[in-house]
This record gives sequence, C-alpha cells and structure tokens, in this order.
Amino acid sequence: MMKRDKKEDDNGGLNPFSYLEKTSVLQEGRRFNETPINPRTCCHILTKILYLLNQGEHIGTTEATETFFAMTKLFQSKDVTLRRLVYLGIKEMANIAEDVIIVTSSLTKDMTGKEDQFRGPAIRALCRITDTTMLQSIERYMKQAIVDKVHAVSSAALTSSLHLARQSPDVVKRWVNEAQEAVNSDNIMVQYHALGLLFHIRKNDKLAVTKLVSKFSRHSLKSPYAYCLLIRIACKLLEEEGAGSDSPMFEFLESCLRHKSEMVIYEAAHAIVNMKHTTAKELAPAVSVLQLFCSSPKPTLRFAAVRTLNKVSMKHPAAVTACNLDLENMITDVNRSIATLAITTLLKTGSESSVDRLMKQISSFMSEISDEFKIVVVQAIRSLCLKFPRKHSVMMNFLSSMLRDEGGFEYKKAIVDTIIGIIEENQEAKEAGLAHLCEFIEDCEHTVLATRILHLLGREGPRTPQPNKYIRFIYNRVILENAAVRAAAVSALAKFGAHCEDLLPSIVVLLQRSELDTDDEVRDRATFYLNILRQKQKALNSAYILNGLQVSIVGLERALHQYTLEPSETPFDLKTVPLAVQPTQEMKTAAVAGEIAAPKATEKIAASRQDIYAEQLSRVPELANVGPLFKSSNLPIELTESETEYNVRCVKHTFPHHIVFQYDCINTLNDQVLENVTVQMESADGFEVVRYIPAPKLPYDQPGTCYTLVSLPDDPTAVTGTFSCTLKFLVKDCDPNTGETDEEGYEDEYVLEDVEIVVADHVQRVMKPNFGASWEEVGAENELEDTYALSSMKTLEEAVKNVIQFMGMQPCERSDKVPEGKSSHTLYLGGVYRGGHDVLVRSKLALTENGVTMQITVRSTDSSAAEVIARAVG
Amino acid sequence: MGGLFSYFANLFGSKERRILILGLDGAGKTTILYRLQVGEVVTTIPTIGFNVETVQYKNLKFQVWDLGGQTSIRPYWRCYYSNTDAIIYVVDSMDRDRIGISKQELVSMLEEEELKKATLCVFANKQDIEGALTVTEVANALGLSSIKNRKYQIFKTSAIKGEGLDEAMEWLANALQNTK
Repeated sequence: MMKRDKKEDDNGGLNPFSYLEKTSVLQEGRRFNETPINPRTCCHILTKILYLLNQGEHIGTTEATETFFAMTKLFQSKDVTLRRLVYLGIKEMANIAEDVIIVTSSLTKDMTGKEDQFRGPAIRALCRITDTTMLQSIERYMKQAIVDKVHAVSSAALTSSLHLARQSPDVVKRWVNEAQEAVNSDNIMVQYHALGLLFHIRKNDKLAVTKLVSKFSRHSLKSPYAYCLLIRIACKLLEEEGAGSDSPMFEFLESCLRHKSEMVIYEAAHAIVNMKHTTAKELAPAVSVLQLFCSSPKPTLRFAAVRTLNKVSMKHPAAVTACNLDLENMITDVNRSIATLAITTLLKTGSESSVDRLMKQISSFMSEISDEFKIVVVQAIRSLCLKFPRKHSVMMNFLSSMLRDEGGFEYKKAIVDTIIGIIEENQEAKEAGLAHLCEFIEDCEHTVLATRILHLLGREGPRTPQPNKYIRFIYNRVILENAAVRAAAVSALAKFGAHCEDLLPSIVVLLQRSELDTDDEVRDRATFYLNILRQKQKALNSAYILNGLQVSIVGLERALHQYTLEPSETPFDLKTVPLAVQPTQEMKTAAVAGEIAAPKATEKIAASRQDIYAEQLSRVPELANVGPLFKSSNLPIELTESETEYNVRCVKHTFPHHIVFQYDCINTLNDQVLENVTVQMESADGFEVVRYIPAPKLPYDQPGTCYTLVSLPDDPTAVTGTFSCTLKFLVKDCDPNTGETDEEGYEDEYVLEDVEIVVADHVQRVMKPNFGASWEEVGAENELEDTYALSSMKTLEEAVKNVIQFMGMQPCERSDKVPEGKSSHTLYLGGVYRGGHDVLVRSKLALTENGVTMQITVRSTDSSAAEVIARAVG
Repeated sequence: MGGLFSYFANLFGSKERRILILGLDGAGKTTILYRLQVGEVVTTIPTIGFNVETVQYKNLKFQVWDLGGQTSIRPYWRCYYSNTDAIIYVVDSMDRDRIGISKQELVSMLEEEELKKATLCVFANKQDIEGALTVTEVANALGLSSIKNRKYQIFKTSAIKGEGLDEAMEWLANALQNTK
C-alpha cells in the first residue's frame, strides 16, 4: 500500500481525467441503461461526463439528448451519491439536450420527499428545466419549499426563484409573501437569500425598496450577509437619489460602521468611500475604520482595507493621509500583495520627497509579485507623474527597466500606456520616452503594442529635433517583423518622408525596398506612399499621409455596404460618411480616473454612440430623405426634472439641411399608457418643423422614442435658435396589475424645458495632426479675423475651455493645455462644418487686467462656415 | 420439495423485474403504482415524465416505471422500452370516448421490437364507478383477441378501492417466474 502511494506521488498528481475522449465517454454512458444499475460505475461515468462538459467540450443536441435519457434511468437507484450526481448532470445538460422536462415528475417527487439530502438539489435542478409555461404546475411546491423548515431547502428554493425571476418575473412576484416569511428565518443564509429575492421582486418600485431598507435597518437582521446586501441596496438608492449625508439611508450606512461583524463594517466603509459625492467629513469615519483594519492580525482584512484605501487615494488623497503611518508599517508586510498596495497608496498620498525612497523599496521586490499587482504599481506611477511632472526622469528609468523585465501582455501594455501618457502630458519627457519605446520594440512579441508604438513614432518622431535617429528602429521592423508590424512601420516611415524634406530621398529608397514585400498590405502601402511622396506637394502629403482617414470606420463600412446594394453611376463620395468622433477631454480624464475599468471600454473600436444613432435613424422610414447623418450631440439633454411623471431626454442629430430631435421618453406612471406621443416644437428663429414622428405607444417603464424633423433656415449663417417644447399624447388609464387598458383615452400635454441649437451642433471635431500644413492647405481665401474681449474669463485655461465648447472643435497640437505662468497662449482648433467644409481656427489669447482678449482667425473652404464660426463666441 | 422451491424463489428474487405502467392520461397509473408500493391512495398530479419505484410483491422485487400518459409525453415511452419484462396497460373504463385512442397506443406499442418478449397485463381500471365498461367490453374495444405470440391477461381493477390488484400481481409474478 505504501509503495503504491509513493508511486502515485511520483506521478505528480496526474489528472485522472486528462485523457478523456468525448465519444468513448458518451459510449460508456449507455451503461446507464443496464439493469440492475451499478452505482459505483455509473457515478464514475457521470463524473467523466460532467468533467468534459465543464472543460467546455461541445456536445451535440442528439448526443446530449441520448445521454440525458440514459441518465434518467438512474432515478431507479436510491444511491445518494449517484442521485446527487444525476441532479448535477440534469443542470449541466438542461440547455443542450432536448425534452429535459421528462424528469419533472421525478424531481418534484424528490423535492417534496423525505430525503433532505435530495430536496435542495432537486429544487435547483427542477428550476433549471422549467420554463414559464411549466412553472405554473410546480408553483405550489416552490411556495412550500421557500418556507420549509429545513434551511438548505429554503435557501435552494429562494436562490432558484431568483434565477427563475429572470425568465418569469410575473410568476415569481406572486411568491412575495413566502419570501417575506423567510426573511424572518433564524438561519443566516436563508435570511440573506430571502432578502435578495424580496429586493429583486421589488427592485423596479423605488418606493417599495426604500420602505424595505428602512424597515430592515430598524429591525436588526441576524445575518451579516443580509446586512451587506442591505448596505448595497441602500447605497444604490442613495446614488439614484443623489441624496447627501442627511438622508436616513446614509445614517444607516454610518451605523453599520459600528456593527459587530467585520464583514458588515467593511461593506459599509467600502460603500461610503465609493459613493460618488462623498465629502471629506463623510469619508472620515469610514477611513478610520479601514485604518483600524490595517493593523488587524488577519491578512484578508489588511488586504481589503489597503485595497480600498488605495482606491480612495485616487479621488481623495487628503483623506488617506491620516493612515500614512499605518501604511508605512505595511510596506514590509510578508504578504507582497498587501505591501504593493500599501506602497502605491503612499505614492499617491505622499509628498514629492518620499517618492525616491518608496520607489527604491518597491523595486526590491518587483520580481516577487504577480503581473496584476505590477499593473497597480504602473498605474500609481502614472498618477504620480501627473502630480509631480518634475519627477519624470526617475519614473521613466523605472518604467524602462520594468519594460525590459519579463511580463505578460496586460502588464507591458500598462507600461506602454503610461509612457505614452507621460509623453503626451509632458513635453520634456518626450525624447526620453520615445527612446525607451524604440528600445522596447526592438524586442517586442506583442504585435498590438509594436504597431501602436510605430504609429506614435510616426506622429511624434518627425517633429523632434533629430528625426533621423528613429529611422533605424523603424526600418529594423520592416526587415524583422511580421506583416502587421511591417505595414505599420511603412506608414511611420512615410510620415517622416512627408514631414522632413531632408530625409525624403532616404525614405524613398527605404520604401522602394518594401515594394517587393511578400505581404499585399505592406506592398500596397509602400506603393501608395511612394507615389504621393514623389509628387512633392504639401497638400497631398497632409491629406493622405499625415492626416489619415478621419471618417468613422463603422460608418464607412455601412456606407460602402449601402453603395454596393444600390449600384449607381456616381462614384462613392467619402464626404457622405460620418466623421469619427474625437474623444473629448472629459472622457479622457474619466478614463484616467477609472484606470482599470475604463481603458477596456475605450479600447474596442466597436460602434461609437454616433454610429449606433445612425443605425437607429436609418431604420425610421420617414427620415430616409434627409441625407447622411453629420453629427449627433454628445450627452442627451434632460428635458424633465428627475422624479416627474414622464422622463424625456433629447439628442440632436444634424443632417445637411435638417436637424432631427430624438426624444427618448419613459412613462413612470404604472396606471397609464400613453399613445401617439410627440414633442411639439416652436421657434421664432426661422426654423420650421417639417414633420413629427410619434412613438405609437408608451407603456409603463418601457422606453420609447419619438422624433421631430426640423428644416434649417435658408440663410446659411442663421444656424442657432431656441425651441419651446411640449410633450403631446393620448392618455389611457390602465390597471397596474393586469396591464389592461381602458378603451377610451383623452388628449393631454406636458411642458418640457427649452431646447437650443448652438454652433457646436453644426461642427464635428476633427484632429489635424499637423495644423500648420492644414492651415496652409485651406488658404486665406475665406479668412475672417476678429477681436473679442472676454471680460467674464479670469484665466487663460477658462477661456480656452469655453472657446472649445462654444465652437465644438478639436484642439490640435495639444494647444488646449496652457503652460503654467504664461500670460498669452495660442489655441489651434480643427473641425468640419456641416456639409463637409474644413474649418480651422487660430485663436490668440492674452491675459489682461479686464479678463482675456482674444484675436480669432478663421479659415475655411466655405465662406458662410467661416462666418458662423467667427461669430460663435460673440 | 417446498425447500427446493423456496431456494429457487430466492434465486429469482435476487433479480429485479422491470415493469412499465402505461396508458392514457388520467387512467390511474400513478395511483396504481403507489397503491402497489405503499398500499395507500396518494393524491397525484398529472405526471410530467415518469415515476420509478421498487415494489416488493411476496418475495419478488419489481422495478416499476410509471410513465406519464399525456399526449406530449407519450412519444418518450419508447425511451424506456428496453429490458422490459412486463407491461401493465391501464385503461380508464369510464372513458368511452378515448378507448379508441387507447387501443391505437396499445397496438403501436406492441409492435415495438424491444417489447416483443414482454408480458402484457391489462387493467380495466375504475371499476368502482357505476356505468363503467365491463372487462369483456374493454377487452373487445382493445381488440385483445387478436394478440398473438404473447402471454397476456386482463383484470378488472379499482385502484381507489384496491380491488383486483392482488390477483393481477399474483398472475404477473407467476407469469414472470415461469419465463425464466
């Protein structure tokens, strides 16, 4: 026996299931049909099937159904282990096999039977195979099970109800009384699950949820889990209401900080520090609780506390400063995860002088922590660079040494992101940063990162004092790398050629070599760029090499698809494609603040909001003749107060000669159904309403959309105006429970806030990477110049922000950042005016005693566009 | 001799016999199953799928499968045919309208290859109700006389009152013992 054990050890815990093959396992499954049943063998076979399913093995419907029916034969055995494995099998196969309802009776019997070990699992399996139509027949049993005195049964019924509520909410709603009774259970899990179900049933009724929280926050719950859930619910309510610390909900959260269970205390502290609008005063008690946890002997508590503090320090570094001493003690914690979080928190809260010391400390164990925590370190460095720009050289060196170390893609990406971020924020760091990145791509296994860096080199490299030193790094890529990287390298080279005349002959030679590349894309790019470069025309260079494609990719795809569907004689016009929306500054800073979550969202090239709107609008037949969508306004404008009977939000869509107002409406009254809903608009500024497209029906709590089509005045410079809006509709009363509506209705209306059309609605932001070249290209033909005194502005930053907002244009050359301590600044703005006319603005700002003086020069390919823009600020 | 017989009885007893209870919905299959198993009348709901129980009759063990009789469930009967020793086919003697359907189901079931060797035992159930078809009428309606090459018998039963079940089981036990 000893010997055998030893042998098994030698095998190093080999997985006995690792060589399973699907067909043979399913073949073995036929043994379920044998009589009498051998429970041991069948358990083993069933385990293999479950293993395969959990490994993601695909089993076809026919095979699965056959195995499933064989498995049902196992119900004849009373073996406890086997039966419980059968339950698991049923759950796993519920969605792949057909006719799984065949086990309904058997499971119903088990859930009501005497064997408690069967009851809970049987409930869970039964709920998986039951659809809405069958649910009626087991409803009685579910209700009984929810209030069963066996805790495991009650819990199983409650959690299964929660799952069922997704597909059959109306049936589960009827179980509210049973759930209510189960909340009073003295078992902590039953109480927790019952509260979860109660909340789920009521979650759409805000008033009921508020009552729920206030009721249970007074009657103290036994279960700490239920308490944690209650905290989360309360938190959500607070968030929705935007209520402050005077709210009873907040009082409840604060009282939880004094609860006896650590879990509850932590949950409450976590909730308070994560609320959107917490003040330092509200934060203080939560932070001091976390501070206490920092010195707990339990590593989980220390970890939770420091992790939360780390998050808080991004938004409220001052609040965390009080914990600095405790954090200092933790930087030598044996648990490296805790130490890392402690150090990175200190980096955010500490002073400039402590940076060097902390960096040294952290580099001593960088090699011992996992990638995930290395990323935390990188992010800390990034925020540190924003705070102390002078420290960039220390940081850069640290980052570059990390870049040389081993690490996965996410880690490397975080470093590259940070270096690029620093380069963009800080001109002084640019050359060092580019040098590090050049070194990195010499040995970079991630195509995505290499292409991204090459793109950056192409954009920034030509404008450095010595552009020629980057050529070697880029050209090495052409020789050594895969097709995608080679293509990116060719594009980067072309940009050097287009920008730096003295390098042009050499670039042409290098590009010629790529004309013989084996890859189509690389060859095509090289040929294309060569032909343009040989023309030696600035305008061509900037239009086709430096500026690149400005249109939205998704929009282009759709436009091309449309064009191939309806062949016409006229060539495809790129001007009809909607432009890509430049991310605004607010979105970028939001991305930095959200750090981990946000980059993932922006990474996807998926359809932007505008593309989604374009798709929606193209489906409205009444709007077919207004032409291509030019621009959709950014955030929806709220036209109603929150908490009113109807919620209406407006989005403006600009077309060549029209504006479409899209109204997203929600009816918050559950005893009314609105029909034929429109928004009537009136204006005195020469705009005419062409047509109303009503939302046919607006039932309770289901969003509906109506549109108003407005034509623009004939005068091309009259582009702004104000509209008064009224919501008009036919009301029909209905029974909130059954949804039955009265036959008769009556007309009614509801006054909304005014809607404005501003200059920015007619302009799409477009980035001009090389503003000077574009400025020359447009020329002085339609140039307008004017000077304004902006007396209400006190600083240059404020003026810059307002000018950008008024004109709705894209700041170029990073001119939206005003260097510190300067009294004058020049802002460059790029954009495209409705109808596809390029507009460029050069705005010279000077700080004077009476505010800011602005001299504005507008150039455009269209004279009226230039006029509109020049007057925008006035 | 008696000792020898019981020796064999034990030998047979060690092997479970597999019995299917089939018939249209509402015929009383589930009631019969539990009457046989626990000797009581239990409240039942329409069976969606099947119930399976072990029934001890004297020294014989039967593994009894009660399959749901609703139209939607009947197609699945065939999944449970293999290795079946006997079929108890239950007919609602009061349901004159559907006895034709009951016959069709019986005939098509008996044609199945897997059931070729199975013994058939028909229960003309619900005999306690006044005005029910008699055993002979049920036998004629089902066309039992045309059954060839199969051991079969029909019994008049009342699952509610527990009448006729004993006789039927006695016959079935003997029939199954003799086949082996």
